[in-house]
Amino acid sequence: MWQKILRDPQAATTLSILAVVFVLGALAPLIAPHGPNDADLGMVNAPVGTPGYPLGADESGRDILSRLLHSVNTAAVSALIGTSVAVAVGVTAGLVGGYFNRVTQSLTEWLFALLMTLPGVLLLVILMPVTGGDYRATMFIFGFLLAPGIYRIVRNLVLAVKNELYVDAARVSGLGTFRILGRHVLSIVRGPIIIAAAFMAGTAIVTQSGLAFLGVGSLEIPSFGAMISSGFRNLYIAPTQFLWPSLLLGVITASLVLLGNALRDTLEGSKPKPVKVGSGQRVVATTHVPDDEAPEALLTIRDLGIAYPGVSGELNEVVRGVNLSIAQGEVLGLVGESGSGKSQTAFSTLGVLPPEAVITSGSIRFQDREMLGLNDQQLAGVRGREIAYIPQEPMSNLDPSFRVGAQLVEGVRAATGTSKADARERVLALLDRCGISDPERTYDSYPHEISGGMAQRVLIAGAVASRPKLLIADEPTTALDVTVQAEILDLLRDLLEELDMAVLLVTHNFGLVADICDRVAVMKTGEIVEVGDTESIFAAPRHEYTRMLLDSILDEDTVRTDPPTTVEGATS
Amino acid sequence: MIPYIVRRLAAGAGLALVITLIVYLLIGTSFEDVARTILGQSATPEATAALLEARGWDRPILVQYVEWLAAALQGDFGASVYTSLPVLPEVLSRLAVTLSLIVPALLITATLSIVLGVWAASRGGVVDRIAQGVSVFGYIIPGLLLAIGLVVLFGVQLGWLPATGYTRFGDDPAGWARSITIPVIVLVVGGVANMSAQVRGRMVDELRRDYVRTLRTRGVSSRSIVLKHALRNAGSPALTVMSLEFINMFGAALIIENVFALPGFGNYAFNATLQGDIPVMLGISTFGVVLVTVVNLATDIANGWLNPKARVH
Repeated sequence: MWQKILRDPQAATTLSILAVVFVLGALAPLIAPHGPNDADLGMVNAPVGTPGYPLGADESGRDILSRLLHSVNTAAVSALIGTSVAVAVGVTAGLVGGYFNRVTQSLTEWLFALLMTLPGVLLLVILMPVTGGDYRATMFIFGFLLAPGIYRIVRNLVLAVKNELYVDAARVSGLGTFRILGRHVLSIVRGPIIIAAAFMAGTAIVTQSGLAFLGVGSLEIPSFGAMISSGFRNLYIAPTQFLWPSLLLGVITASLVLLGNALRDTLEGSKPKPVKVGSGQRVVATTHVPDDEAPEALLTIRDLGIAYPGVSGELNEVVRGVNLSIAQGEVLGLVGESGSGKSQTAFSTLGVLPPEAVITSGSIRFQDREMLGLNDQQLAGVRGREIAYIPQEPMSNLDPSFRVGAQLVEGVRAATGTSKADARERVLALLDRCGISDPERTYDSYPHEISGGMAQRVLIAGAVASRPKLLIADEPTTALDVTVQAEILDLLRDLLEELDMAVLLVTHNFGLVADICDRVAVMKTGEIVEVGDTESIFAAPRHEYTRMLLDSILDEDTVRTDPPTTVEGATS
Repeated sequence: MIPYIVRRLAAGAGLALVITLIVYLLIGTSFEDVARTILGQSATPEATAALLEARGWDRPILVQYVEWLAAALQGDFGASVYTSLPVLPEVLSRLAVTLSLIVPALLITATLSIVLGVWAASRGGVVDRIAQGVSVFGYIIPGLLLAIGLVVLFGVQLGWLPATGYTRFGDDPAGWARSITIPVIVLVVGGVANMSAQVRGRMVDELRRDYVRTLRTRGVSSRSIVLKHALRNAGSPALTVMSLEFINMFGAALIIENVFALPGFGNYAFNATLQGDIPVMLGISTFGVVLVTVVNLATDIANGWLNPKARVH
């Protein structure tokens, strides 16, 4: 870990600056020309460059350089005490609060929520009678005020690993679960704590300086705050007196903040970077397809390649040379294991690949129009209106903050431009058509107030609202209970007959394929290995992988092999 | 809703009770020092004892506390032991000064942070780097140094703004605005550094959620996705950050009030603590807790409005 940190230029630079400053501070008793409180009345406000007083002397005739060096020590001790207390308290409380029963949990949670809402500096001032103004005691208390940050990190981690560890821990006799948990958590939480410590050290130093500036504590203790205060009083007589401590304090805190940022980048990896919303998918190369090829198809995908950048920027292809076509009203099943690239193919057709994804080759033509390279605005007339989408996870695909009806109405209006009243009527009719018994009530519900099956009906209603020509359904039943799956399947089958839509059905459920698909394409590790009529694929699969997938349905029927992804936002 | 608010306020009152009791127990032992400070260094032990008896400070601390509490519940918070000025009007007028500083600072901070955070998260690239640069800049400059630097530049060198002092809004609105300009800038720089980074982070997360993808496939405009859907969902954590920022500013105002010689709440608390002025400290603790409780309650109610799942019934 340390090697990684030292290789980062920002971390290395700030660490070196801090090392130099703090080593000089530690050597202060040896290298400082004077004691921090040695006052020479003959030297009051001595200017910069006075022999023996390289940076001059302050209003009491004390050597500024010596006081600076000693102040570094005060800052270091403040940072050390504040940070250690915060880490010790935060880690302990995090382990206890995450591990023990619900009462302990909510009690620690309440305590730390309270700690966070205390106005720090004000509290430290009011507690002066307790600390006696000693900056070490003050920083000790301040450590408690800093602790909630660490507590949160540790507690969340404990809650996350607690249950899986229970199983293992039960098997290990001799060692208590709490100890195992502690060790395990501490090994993971080290990185985040080091990062937090850098920021906390900065906060502790700034707070101590602020208090010393106000005059809290002993005047004997040399500190940046006391020096800045004295310099501030002397601003008109000797402006440089104010400059030196400010400069050094600024350098130290800036180094700590920049170090913290650098540590965060190197230890936690780069966070997702924002991109311009609606700018469309990244396309590095496309394949030109002459107009006379497959003109009768509604959707034609040719030689599609999709890649994601790896750690060092190289592109890893997840979809390679995919060719697909769907005729008007045709239902095509796209089957394959998780990670075979079928969802990526579906997303690229909709123009909603994640921002990191890169299209490396190919062409996607819908109704004779090239779709690759279009941005959201250019796709506005197509998406929602001509091509629609049914997602896999019903809950995470509804905006939790808006009523169901309002979300659907917005989609209908965006696609068709009808009036609000018209859109409302249409949505209500569709909810009714999609088997929702009380459409008015669902219309006025928030997503968390309806069941998963209902939510999926809502999403289907949203997808077919504008009678699209092509429906892209990404595992529309997998996240649901088995009984609900059958109902949703019935609904889909009815809607297909009624609306005469073409469908790209992404699934790994061969039961579903046999039920509603005209043709099947089988995908494996990013490539299409077999395409054919549903009947012939079931009767005589040519590719070994297809045979394997077909065999597996006998064992597992409709049960998923991979765990469903968690519903994002459900707990927040 | 109403029972919920009552319950929260009651919890706040309970907290105020506990904190004032702690304050009383902590400082109640120093009445002798206070008496000697009032009488001066040359006071005889007899004179000190007489004063203690006259003020009732020689009785058990708990008895004194209960008495204070009984009076406080009727709105009588006593008077400063040094100036004899009643505590309640003084606390309220000091609080008004500090709030007249914090409230504008917080509103500006929130506005700038939302604009900057949303802009960075929905544009990316150069805009994002600029926003992050602004945030880092605000972080690395200690507020104390910024405050003094701005006083020196605008107050002393350029003479554009008063370097220190406070003008009441009621006396002269323009003068008030001028007197709080530099302090507000200092609070805003620190606040924006923190809050814009939070808003940006939440927006980046929200814009990657599944529902955003689904809305895009329905042809919903980018404008609506960013400003209506993602911002509303990012709003509730941002609001929590804002309430913490308020309390943070409430604490930071202490140093700012000192630099700019503003007669604020922090300044009042500081002087009272230095002198051990018990009635004033109790009044300050009570109103500090009340303020924090009200801010947290308001945050939770506003959160419920933004986030239907957190709504209280």
